Amino acid sequence: MKITVNGVSVETDATTLAQLLVEHGKAEAKIATAVNEAFVPAIARETHSLADGDRVEIVAPRQGG
Amino acid sequence: MRKFYGVELSSPLMLGTSQYPSPAVLAEAFRRSGASVATVSVRREAGGDTAGQDFWALIENLGVAILPNTAGCHSVKEAVTTAHMARELFDTKWIKLEVIGHSDSLQPDPFNTLEAARILCADGFEVFPYCTEDLVLCERLVEAGCEVLMPWGAPIGTGLGLNNIFGLRALRAQFPDIPLVIDAGLGVPSQAAHAMELGYDAVLLNTAVAKAGDPAAMADAFGKAVVAGQLAYAADPMEPRDMAAPSTPVLGQAIL
Repeated sequence: MKITVNGVSVETDATTLAQLLVEHGKAEAKIATAVNEAFVPAIARETHSLADGDRVEIVAPRQGG
Repeated sequence: MRKFYGVELSSPLMLGTSQYPSPAVLAEAFRRSGASVATVSVRREAGGDTAGQDFWALIENLGVAILPNTAGCHSVKEAVTTAHMARELFDTKWIKLEVIGHSDSLQPDPFNTLEAARILCADGFEVFPYCTEDLVLCERLVEAGCEVLMPWGAPIGTGLGLNNIFGLRALRAQFPDIPLVIDAGLGVPSQAAHAMELGYDAVLLNTAVAKAGDPAAMADAFGKAVVAGQLAYAADPMEPRDMAAPSTPVLGQAIL
């Protein structure tokens, strides 16, 4: 299915958010996630199913003022 | 000393982590400033990009409190979702709530800031709202549950200093028990000292240090300035007067 990850359109076989993070090499990384503009806590990634057209955001710590 | 959600800060300097020439310079600036708080953000990271992971390793070693922000957010929804991601990412209830309302001045949106503050306070966040010195807005933010207020000195990144000293002084008088932080607009240490002399509890700055020719030296200067201003306020400064008054005794002066 086709979804959007951080604004980029991608094809994925992942059916859950946790699987998507493994695909992107972020399973163990210090990141936080949102799907379709709603926060998805780490504890819910295993059970959060992905659907065609979903918009996923993966964020990490970054410089800030 | 007023506490920030129960936390007593070792220094009244909060320092941003953006725009430094290198990670090493950032770390040196923090070390020399004695800053007690580092502000950070959350930004996209996917694929092989590990910039965020590397940055976190650096920040963790600074040994300071972490204050994540919602920088760049314009809507309530964006700010609230960003705050939730930051809370999980940094394992802190602290959030610097920044909801921008004007793209040129980067002035905080008072209406969206208040609405987001209400939502986040009700959800257990400890909100540090970036706001203006508007007394009514600040009153509402406190009613919403904010236990800290962070009015701007001047627009972000301008270095103009304290644009409305009267308003900032009025805010201090209006909220004697609330920790107040000047957030944004400071350019040189004398302005930070002035903020502290007004009775403010801390200053938050980034560009003035990061964009200085020698960021670590400037961080040192700001660290000393906030302590000087804090000491001066506690020492109860004299009242200014319009006419001169001789400091050397007049009595006993020889008639020549």
